[in-house]
Amino acid sequence: MNIIVCIKQVPETTEVRINPETNTLIREGVKSIINPFDMYAIEEAVRLKEKFGGKVSVLTMGPPQAEAALREAISMGADEGVLVCDRAFAGSDTWATSYTLSGAIRKLGAFDLILCGKQASDGDTAQVGPGISAHLDIPQVTYVKKIEEVKEKSMRVERMLEEGYEVIETPLPAVLTVVKEINEPRIPSLKGMMRAKQAKITFLTQKELALDPQQLGLAGSPTQVVKIFTPPQRTGGEMLKGEIPEIAEKLAELLRSEIP
Amino acid sequence: MDYLLSDEQKMIRELARKIAVEKIQPVAAKHDQTEEFPWEVIKIIAESDLFGLFIPEEYGGMGVGVLNLCLATEELSRACGGIAVCYAASALGTFPIVLFGNDEQKKKYLPDLAKGKKVAAFGITEPEAGSDASGIKTTARKEGDHYVLNGLKHFITNGGDAETYVVIAMTDKTKGARGASAFIVEKGTPGFTFGKKEDKLGIRASSTRELVFTDCKIPKENLLAKEGMGFIVTMKTFDMSRPGVAAQALGIAQGSLDVAVKYSRERQQFGKPISSFQGIQWMLADMATEVEAARALVYSCARAIDAKVKDVAKDSAMAKLFASDVAMKVSTDAVQILGGYGYMKDYPAEKFMRDAKITQIYEGTNQIQRNIIALQLIKEMAKQ
Ligand SMILES: Cc1cc2nc3c(=O)[nH]c(=O)nc-3n(C[C@H](O)[C@H](O)[C@H](O)COP(=O)(O)OP(=O)(O)OC[C@H]3O[C@@H](n4cnc5c(N)ncnc54)[C@H](O)[C@@H]3O)c2cc1C
Repeated sequence: MNIIVCIKQVPETTEVRINPETNTLIREGVKSIINPFDMYAIEEAVRLKEKFGGKVSVLTMGPPQAEAALREAISMGADEGVLVCDRAFAGSDTWATSYTLSGAIRKLGAFDLILCGKQASDGDTAQVGPGISAHLDIPQVTYVKKIEEVKEKSMRVERMLEEGYEVIETPLPAVLTVVKEINEPRIPSLKGMMRAKQAKITFLTQKELALDPQQLGLAGSPTQVVKIFTPPQRTGGEMLKGEIPEIAEKLAELLRSEIP
Repeated sequence: MDYLLSDEQKMIRELARKIAVEKIQPVAAKHDQTEEFPWEVIKIIAESDLFGLFIPEEYGGMGVGVLNLCLATEELSRACGGIAVCYAASALGTFPIVLFGNDEQKKKYLPDLAKGKKVAAFGITEPEAGSDASGIKTTARKEGDHYVLNGLKHFITNGGDAETYVVIAMTDKTKGARGASAFIVEKGTPGFTFGKKEDKLGIRASSTRELVFTDCKIPKENLLAKEGMGFIVTMKTFDMSRPGVAAQALGIAQGSLDVAVKYSRERQQFGKPISSFQGIQWMLADMATEVEAARALVYSCARAIDAKVKDVAKDSAMAKLFASDVAMKVSTDAVQILGGYGYMKDYPAEKFMRDAKITQIYEGTNQIQRNIIALQLIKEMAKQ
């Protein structure tokens, strides 16, 4: 089974600061990590490989330093890393990103499965996985919490819902995005880390991919960010205490006074 | 301070730190409370290849030596000295086989120990023979193709949880110290059982039990080295493993220093963080300096071992002595800096202090380390 895992390097902190002038994330001084949700995708891919054989390729689009994320994935058991890296891709929104990644995936050749994390912890859009499936015109199942069964040309998975889950059978190749319930990512082994250090990372640029320039980078991104801001912290609520009739009366009073 | 570690050494340290932060820290207090053996963490350490660091590659290990073992032990101990010693004591039980095993014994035992599929233990101490190891009463009587073991070992780390034991027993009482021999004993051998599990002050995640031998028959192939070499095996093993205890102490010291520095910046009294008081600053400065001095000594000693320097008994004893005294002092000072909160189990300071104490006691008390150092000094002078 040949699996491609799409990962993203993100700033470690959950409290990202935003530059109010450029509306972009401030990355200086913040450690970069693999998007936590992608760790589950990497782990699941490695487990599938250990069970069924095949190859795990990890793919990311990003600046040259995103190579570190690929090496970390290799230390966990992935076989190869591919970095899609070109100034032409800078400023991509989820459309341009998924377009570019699907171009790279076509270039990588035959595959059975694409795994992504459910969303990236910095942008929180959850759109790139589905975008890839649309660009490649293959099925997608989002929020997968378990792979139940793998057959020759299909697989049965559990898709998490707010309450309970759906069981979905999808033909392969397909795109799955996974949630944290699916597994517990492993700590890399020392041998894995040594292998990762030596591994050769493949760089793909616009020259190799020859994608439609209209759909790349900032220019190819239909999303326009009008404003980014940190929402004000929710202040603590007020607990009403006492007997129920008493509480009801207080509540009614409050509602009357708060609603103009 | 920069210890000019190689990329490989940094990688090992980073890996151990990751395990410590992500997998040990969250469960350390639980194991301290329940005294349950931390199998889930041991499995993770095993899969990370760290059990095999000092075991030669030809026997399934990584073959990267004692400094790396120390780096790993130090990092694990920063999170929990108890869980770390389950790891370090397996090294203690494995060293005799690495140092004195014949090819067959190495092939039979080392690959599983290197992979962490099995955990090892080392047993010499008996109720009547602690510092004076020559007082051991456990006997091994040769009978045809077998040795028959009788006696009791106590205070054995990983006892009951380990699969592979190296045990010192008397093969010839008339020869005194030259009458002791080292044996490999497998868990499950008839006549080999376990006594009570100790309820301890610290390192409570680690198990400490009695080993009971009642007409326990082991094949003669399980003799390590030769008959009569028991104490040589023990001494040479301790030369290799004492830097590990020192590294455990170092990790405990560093862990408690980290807690103290962090807390001192957060705790406000007299309208300021307590870190602004010179009285606290000087304590922190001394603690940090002592930790760094201990680290320099431990790493130097481990490097000497890896460079195959001939006699490391004194260096090894110094590293263990100094680092463990530092751990006790620094962890006690950390509790002091946290004040009343330091005394409570809600903060990790008191656990570091409890865990530190054992490093001054096992693998030879610090009094015994001083004896070793002094004896060597006098010998060296006599030679001049
Ligand atoms: C938690 C734990 C784990 C252990 N794990 C192991 C293990 O895995 N394998 C193993 O074989 N053993 C193990 N031990 C045993 C440990 O090595 C001994 O406890 C230690 O060597 C001291 O022996 P003792 O307890 O009999 O103390 P004693 O020897 O009775 O010492 C009592 C006191 O007298 C002092 N003293 C003794 N002789 C002298 C002297 N000549 N000069 C000055 N002072 C002296 C000692 O320093 C000490 O302060 C463990 C012990 C503990 C507590």
